[in-house]
Amino acid sequence: METLVFLYLAIVLVVTSLLVVTNRNAVHAVLWMLVMFFHQAILFLTLDAEFLALVQIIVYAGAVLVLFLFVVYMINLRTELNIRNFHVFWPVAATVSIVMGVLAVEAIKDFKAGPVVGDMTPEVIAKVGHAKVLGKALFTQHILSFETAGVLLLVAVLGAVVLTRRIRFKGDEV
Amino acid sequence: MWSSLPSFVAVYPETILVVVASALVLLDRVVKFKDVFTWITLATVAVTLGVVYWTVGTSFAFSYAADSYALFFKTIFLLVLLLATLISPGYGRVVGIHFGEYYGLMMYAVAGMMIMASAKDLVLLYLGLEVMSLSVYVLAGLLYSDMRSLEGAMKYFLLGSFASAFLLLAITYIYGLTSSINMEAIANYLGTHGLLANKALLFSLALFAIAFGFKVALVPFHMWAPDVYEGAPTSVTAFMSVGPKAAGFAAMGRVFLLALGTAKVGWTHFLIPLAVVTFFVGASLAVVQTNIKRMLAYSSVAHAGYAVLGIIAGTKEGMSATMMYLFIYALMNIGAFGIIILLRQKDFLGESIYDFQGLSKTHPVAALLMLVFLFSLAGIPPTAGFVGKFYVFRSAFEAGHPLLVIAAVLASCIAAYPYLRVVMLMYMRPPEKEVTLNLTGYLFTSLAISLTGVLLFGVWPEPLIHFARLCCGLAP
Repeated sequence: METLVFLYLAIVLVVTSLLVVTNRNAVHAVLWMLVMFFHQAILFLTLDAEFLALVQIIVYAGAVLVLFLFVVYMINLRTELNIRNFHVFWPVAATVSIVMGVLAVEAIKDFKAGPVVGDMTPEVIAKVGHAKVLGKALFTQHILSFETAGVLLLVAVLGAVVLTRRIRFKGDEV
Repeated sequence: MWSSLPSFVAVYPETILVVVASALVLLDRVVKFKDVFTWITLATVAVTLGVVYWTVGTSFAFSYAADSYALFFKTIFLLVLLLATLISPGYGRVVGIHFGEYYGLMMYAVAGMMIMASAKDLVLLYLGLEVMSLSVYVLAGLLYSDMRSLEGAMKYFLLGSFASAFLLLAITYIYGLTSSINMEAIANYLGTHGLLANKALLFSLALFAIAFGFKVALVPFHMWAPDVYEGAPTSVTAFMSVGPKAAGFAAMGRVFLLALGTAKVGWTHFLIPLAVVTFFVGASLAVVQTNIKRMLAYSSVAHAGYAVLGIIAGTKEGMSATMMYLFIYALMNIGAFGIIILLRQKDFLGESIYDFQGLSKTHPVAALLMLVFLFSLAGIPPTAGFVGKFYVFRSAFEAGHPLLVIAAVLASCIAAYPYLRVVMLMYMRPPEKEVTLNLTGYLFTSLAISLTGVLLFGVWPEPLIHFARLCCGLAP
C-alpha cells in the first residue's frame, strides 16, 4: 500500500512539474503548480513530517502561489516570446539530459544508504511534537544556517527593490 | 550538548559586514553626499580585517570554523572589497551607480564569500554561496538602461541558479550515503566504509565539479562569463572576476580536500579534463577578442584553469599555491580593470583594445601601469603573476601530473598573445583617439596598492609564500 501511494505521488509530481514548465498559458502553469504543491504536501505527510506538510499548504499553496498569480496578471503575458537562440540547442540539451538521467539511474542502483543517526524515531517525534523537534534543531544546531537564510532573503528583497526603484527613477528622468 | 548556544565570536566579521551593509542601504535616502559610503566601506574593511585576525582559531560548534585556511581567503576577499571600493566612486559617478546600495551589496557578497570559506557544513556552504551570488546578480544588472548589462545579469542569474541545483543534488547524494552534512563526519565515514568506488559517490563528485565549475567559470561551464563581464559595470566586473572565483576555490578546497579527500582519485578524474580544456579554450578565445573586458573575461577563464591545478595536486602544498595564486590574481586583475576605468568618460567607453592605441605617447604612466599588470597576467617575471604560476605548476608537477603541467605551460604561451597585443598597441602604434583620464584619489590609491603588490611579490614573494603555507598548516 505504501509503495502504491508513493508511486502515485511520484508520478503525479513529475507529470505536474513537466506541465508547469511546458504549459504555454502562464495561468494554467500556476494552477498545475498548485496541484503539485498539494501532492508534495501529501508526500511529506507519508514521511511523518506533518509540520512541513502544513507549511507547504499554508505558505506555498496559500501565499507564494497567490503572489505568482498576481505577477502573472500584472505583467500581462499575452504574447509569448519565441526566441530562436533557445531552440537551436535542443538536440544538445536533450543528449545531455539523457546522459545525466542514465548516470543518475546508475548511481541510484549502486546507492547504499547511510546509517540512521540521532534518536529521532517516528515514535519520539510523535511524542514530543514535530514542530517542537524541528524548531529546536533549527534554533540550536542549525542556528547559523537559519540566520544566513535570513540574510539571503534580505539580500533578495533588497536586490528587487534596487533594480525596480532605479528603473522607475530612470523613467522620471526621461 | 545543545543545551546552550555556542559562542558567536567566530561569525563576528560576517556580522559586522551584514550590519554595516544594512545601515548603508538605509542611509542612502538621507545622505546626499555619496562619498560617505565609500569612506564607511573602507573603514569597515579595516575593522573587519582586524576582527578576522582577532577571531582566528574560534569556531561555531561543528558547522563553522574561523581557522587559518579561512583566514587567508578572508584576507583575499577583503583585499578585493578594498580595491573594488576604491575604483568605484569615479566610475560610479560617470555611469550613475554611486549610491549606498551598491556598496551595501558588495559587502553582503563578501559576507557570503566568508561564509563559504569558513563553512564546514554543506548546507551552510550552500547558503553562503547563495548570499554571494544573489548580491552579485543584482550588481551585474545595475546598469539597467544598458541592454548588455541586463542580458548579462539575466544569463548569470539563470546559469547560477542552474549551478545551485547541481550543488544541492550533489549534497543530497552525499547526505544519503553518509547521513551527515558535516564535512569532517563525511570524511570519516567515507574513509571507513569502503564507499570509494561507489557509483553514487562518483556521481555526486561529478555534480560537485559541475557546480563549482560554473562558479569559477571552468570550460564548458564558462558560457556566462564573457557576456556578464562585458555587460556588468566595470567596477563590478573587477569585483566579480576575483571575489566569487576565490570563494568558489575556497569552497572547492574545503569540499574536495577535506570532506572528499579520501575519494581523491575520483574527483581528479573529473577535474583534470576540465582544467586542460579550460586553459586551452580560455587562452585561444582570448586571442580573438577586441573588447578588452571580453578579453579579460576569457583570460580569467584561463586563470581559473591554472588555479585549479593546485586543487588537482590534492596536497597542502597545492592548496597553498592556489591560495597564493588567487591573492596575486586579485592584485593584478583589479589593477588592469582600474586602468580600463581610468579611460572611461561619460561619452567614451574605452573598452575596445584599439582605444589603448598609442597610450604610451599620450599618457605614459597609465600605459606603463597597464604594461605591468598585463605582463603579470601573462606570467612574465619579475612580476607577481610569474611567481603565482610557477608555484601552482610546481605543486601539480610534484603531485605527479607532469603532462598536465606541460599542457598548462603551452596554454599560457597562447594566453600571452592577447596581453602582448594590447602592449604592442599601446607602445608601437601612433595614437588615434583623444583619450583623457578620469583620475580620482581613490582610483590612484587602488592602482598604487595593486602596482606595489604586483612588483613587490614579484621580486620578494617569501612573505606571501610563508603566509599561504602557514595557513595550510605547513612549515614555512
